[in-house]
Amino acid sequence: MARGFTPKVVTANDLRLGDVVYMCADGSWTRWHHEAELLTDEADAELRLLSAMGQSNLVVGAYLADARPGPNGPEPVHFREVFRTRGPSNVPFGKQEQAHV
Amino acid sequence: MYKYSDFDTAFVRERARQFRAQVERRLDGSLTEDEFRPLRLMNGVYLQLHAYMLRIAIPYGTISAPQMRQLAMIADTWDKGYGHFTTRQNIQFNWPKLVDIPDIIDALADVEMHAIQTSGNTIRNVTTDAFAGAAADEVADPRPIAELIRQWSTDHPEFQFLPRKFKFAITGSPADRAAIRVHDVGLQVVEKGGQRGVRVYVGGGLGRTPMIGQLLRDFLPEADLLPYFEAIVSTYNLMGRRDNKYKARIKITVFENGIDAFREQVEAEFVRTRAEFTGVDQQILKEIEAEFAPPAFKNDPVDAFEAAKAVDPLFRRWSARNLTAHRVENHAIVTVSLKEHGKTPGDASSAQMRILADLAERYAYGELRVSHEQNIVLPHVAKADLPALFAELLRAGLATPNIGLVSDIIACPGMDYCALATARSIPVAEEIATHFKEIGLEDEVGKMQIKISGCINACGHHHIGHIGILGLDRAGVENYQITLGGDEGPAAAIGDKTGPGFAYDEVVPAIERILRAYLDLRAGADEAFIDTFRRLGAAPFKEALYGVSRDAA
Repeated sequence: MARGFTPKVVTANDLRLGDVVYMCADGSWTRWHHEAELLTDEADAELRLLSAMGQSNLVVGAYLADARPGPNGPEPVHFREVFRTRGPSNVPFGKQEQAHV
Repeated sequence: MYKYSDFDTAFVRERARQFRAQVERRLDGSLTEDEFRPLRLMNGVYLQLHAYMLRIAIPYGTISAPQMRQLAMIADTWDKGYGHFTTRQNIQFNWPKLVDIPDIIDALADVEMHAIQTSGNTIRNVTTDAFAGAAADEVADPRPIAELIRQWSTDHPEFQFLPRKFKFAITGSPADRAAIRVHDVGLQVVEKGGQRGVRVYVGGGLGRTPMIGQLLRDFLPEADLLPYFEAIVSTYNLMGRRDNKYKARIKITVFENGIDAFREQVEAEFVRTRAEFTGVDQQILKEIEAEFAPPAFKNDPVDAFEAAKAVDPLFRRWSARNLTAHRVENHAIVTVSLKEHGKTPGDASSAQMRILADLAERYAYGELRVSHEQNIVLPHVAKADLPALFAELLRAGLATPNIGLVSDIIACPGMDYCALATARSIPVAEEIATHFKEIGLEDEVGKMQIKISGCINACGHHHIGHIGILGLDRAGVENYQITLGGDEGPAAAIGDKTGPGFAYDEVVPAIERILRAYLDLRAGADEAFIDTFRRLGAAPFKEALYGVSRDAA
């Protein structure tokens, strides 16, 4: 039996700053996971990834990460992606520094 | 300490200029990421989880006070006020912006530092004993040879695109505090018939296929160092596999072909390389040796040191843990712990870097070392100055008396920073350190090396920890595999896997079961964990970990 497609977001790092970014529905980039576009169709997700890879003047290392719908927008599934929405656990730096909850 | 020649200065400045232009071309779109990536890696710039990371070379772990102060300036100006000292005696900054890195590289060049060949499939920073040039048990200071290798390997045209990265380590002491048996090439300075040379091991390494290096040459005379190293790396460059990244390190080349076949090739190649060296290398080595002349050691009496030990229990405790015998009787080697309980192993704030630089100037002839255990060493301190030094370290929160104990943990950055990691390392290290301090077992357990890696690449050296911890991703959850009985140094050994892994919050209790079993089983307080393990094997510790039933019947 074919497994259903796990929804995805397109994520990357900002070329100039290195910060984690996510692709929005309008093709722009946001620093916040919940503002990303949740891609529920596999073919659509692959196209969005290609479009992200075409923006290499803005971002580096684009890939698709598993996500799920949440009350405020898409939420990460894997713990690695959860860490990427926050920053390191040993110091208060990264996105957690900006107290945007 | 080695001072840059005009050639070194011009070379480093030119590389800084080139890198600035490369970054500009990347930002204006002239270079794609695929084109830029190898260029940035040649200059130590990685892309990590949350940001870029810049790895700066600290050749053989030796750094001057002004250089340390410059690192503090960089941390404050372009990063977040701290740096991370690594098991390869380098420093990493975790938050540089790509647009700022050319300025950082210029600031490094101002103090004779750089980030060249801290990444890529090249010969990396040569690591050595952090006590080099100071240890009482040393045949000779290995750093002149390390510097010779640095000069030979930097931008060596034949060795910029090896099958995989390549790491030399060298020790001047039979005690091997440089983990030479787990490096691609491990060197030990030895003397034979009044002649100086090195013993050469090859094919050691950790990662997904851990191996202990094998003896390639029992004695290589000093005159033949570079031609022989060139023969080793040339042989590997041709023989090494390029079809599979995971089989590309020299340990696999040696393992697949056998040490005898590998040696035969090296010796054949050596005939060719030796004819190409004209002796300039030997002249340069002599010049380098002069630069590593020891400082003019003070002649102060040790009475004040002995008196302070007699009356001050904190100083006595710190002296017992953090000092090592110096080759000059009235001096000591001081290890400053970067392992305060509950803090990130190997991290130092910019304020701490400045204090260490100041203290090095006042008490340690201006010299510091980074140890592969991720601590800072002041290699030469007059015993008469130790009470004053200790008081200042205490004030700065740098007097943790835990060298060689449970909390003196090696940990890689793990998934708190690293894009390759499969689990976190740092918080596991923090919790182990805090827990055993709280329950008061640290001193009772005594000598213990715990090493933690957050993925199979083993930057945290878990295979050679007395207790090794490897963080993995098991079906989307952090899981930690424990190995026992690993060791570095002359008795180097790869630890044995105990069995199924442990969930994140089960790791500290699991370590406690191992340590309590050890306390029950040891022959006496002076039998270290590793010795009890060697005497009894893994069985009683596995039983403590998993219960009796697992292997029964």
